[in-house]
Amino acid sequence: MIRLEGITKTYGTYAALQGIDLSVRDGEFLALLGPSGSGKTTLLRIIAGLAFPDSGRVLFNGEDVTQLKVAQRKVGFVFQHYALFKHMTIADNVGFGLSVRSRRERPSAAAIRARAHELLELVQLAGLADRYPAQLSGGQRQRVALARALAVEPQMLLLDEPFGALDAKVRKTLRRWLRDLHRQMGLTSIFVTHDQEEALELADRIVVMDKGLIEQVGTAEQVYMEPASAFVSDFVGETNHLPGGFHVRPHDIEIVEGEGQPVRVENVFRKGGNWRIEGRHQALGQVIEFDLDAQRTPPLVGALVQVRPQRLKAFTGNPEDFHEHA
Amino acid sequence: MDIATTLTLGTQRPVASAYAAPPTRRRRRARQSVIPGFGLTLGLTLVWLSLIVLVPLSTVFLRSAGMGWDAFTAAAFAPRALAAYWVSFATSFVAALINAVFGLMTAWVLVRYDFPGRRVVNAMVDLPFALPTAVAGIALTALYAGNGWIGRYTEPLGIKLAYNPVGITLALVFVGLPFIVRAVEPVLEDFDRELEEAAGTLGASPLQIFTRVILPAILPSVLTGFALAFARGLGEYGSVIFIAGNMPFKSEITPLLIVTHLEQYDYAGATAIATVMLLAAFAMLLVINLVQAWSRGRYTR
Repeated sequence: MIRLEGITKTYGTYAALQGIDLSVRDGEFLALLGPSGSGKTTLLRIIAGLAFPDSGRVLFNGEDVTQLKVAQRKVGFVFQHYALFKHMTIADNVGFGLSVRSRRERPSAAAIRARAHELLELVQLAGLADRYPAQLSGGQRQRVALARALAVEPQMLLLDEPFGALDAKVRKTLRRWLRDLHRQMGLTSIFVTHDQEEALELADRIVVMDKGLIEQVGTAEQVYMEPASAFVSDFVGETNHLPGGFHVRPHDIEIVEGEGQPVRVENVFRKGGNWRIEGRHQALGQVIEFDLDAQRTPPLVGALVQVRPQRLKAFTGNPEDFHEHA
Repeated sequence: MDIATTLTLGTQRPVASAYAAPPTRRRRRARQSVIPGFGLTLGLTLVWLSLIVLVPLSTVFLRSAGMGWDAFTAAAFAPRALAAYWVSFATSFVAALINAVFGLMTAWVLVRYDFPGRRVVNAMVDLPFALPTAVAGIALTALYAGNGWIGRYTEPLGIKLAYNPVGITLALVFVGLPFIVRAVEPVLEDFDRELEEAAGTLGASPLQIFTRVILPAILPSVLTGFALAFARGLGEYGSVIFIAGNMPFKSEITPLLIVTHLEQYDYAGATAIATVMLLAAFAMLLVINLVQAWSRGRYTR
């Protein structure tokens, strides 16, 4: 189990982390989600030992590792831009962690090679052992990086925006593959992302961060359905902001027959299995977005429709203090 | 074709095309190059190089070709000339080697650390470029000669630093330093720090990170700097003659021997020696370049 207690970190005058307390359960797949500058990567680097906190403690299984250097922490780290060693073959990259061990603990060259092949099979790149990184695609490189991190049998896996440099299609495939791999191995894993979709799809729990603070920790369902603050509601999923601190998601607004709130339709387009409608709320004078099942006939641009929000949330400044309106 | 085959084919096709070389690359470059004027610039480059490098060098060959084979070997491979080649190549090589180590260290300090006076040190590195070589020679001699500031303390210990090949090497180290520093610096600056961190997370010690991750990445640039410093050492004259002692067979460098021949109006002998020097230098630079191309091309292709 990983425990973080009161972690703070400042760069010059910029407070990157302002007091982080967090527990990560064994075998859990945890996402650190937030916009850039939220401190999520700094936090991951502090767990890895690539950065050190100004105050606070990092504990692995109850043992204080705050002052331990990265080489002694036994963590697997995967970088956004792969960080493969360009002058080594794929097999040598994967075997690197074993080959730098002290002579007493180092397996034989043949054993290292065998282990590298084993891991390359695990990441489905068995045939590429003798290639160089430059000859691989981005998705393949990231899988090599993962195999390399796993080769040293780390006690946890830390991934810094692991899919950030990949195109959408490869990202999706690799995401699913990583989730399966995690289920198979059960290794405690923490990944950093700014992509809420990625966090919702992969993580057992999501830690939403903003400005060096944790806004909410919870499952995908909790974070999406019961956001603890206006920030979370806004950052995770789409939200209409209404006056008075009310938030309502586009799929929670329904077009009704008869009495509702009048909205003048300004734009209609297809969004997946729904119509997305942008219209001006007549009473509020602002544009709101809402969805309509694609099976139904969409209203014409310029038409006046009646809508009713099904689920409304109010955030009154204090993030802990919100009320639910049905 | 059933669905399964279609799917496999569908996934295989992009992989196969990613590795196949585009067949029409050369023709396309000729027709629609991004930078226009390839023909013009290449022509100008060739004319310019011919005027500045090729024509002067070829006159060396023409001169020596006119003297006949026997006269040529007699002049070029005279015992005194052979000794001079040895002194020149050995001292240049050792000096370049020393520079490779300390130049790399200097570049490392300049890139990796921020300290007061870093810019001053940075500018100091270029001084050997700017200083008239004779000034450097006189200064070095004043330091290392038996009555100089440094030589006076080493001489009683039996270490002679001037008027022998050691002195020549010292002078060549001085003039060659900027080559290594300036060749390595930009490459070291571009080096991705994440690679070091990655090696660290895998358990590598700082020494292992340097020898197994950083050094292989910057080695081609060290080789470039080495080749430049070595070449400069072979041709260096001004800074060396003051400190060398210039004793035939012991501390006489090839450029000095050439000048000696010229002063005796023995133009044929001078060009013969120059020809050997030219060919040997060219061969060595070619080899270094090939090693470099090999170490680079191995993993970037």
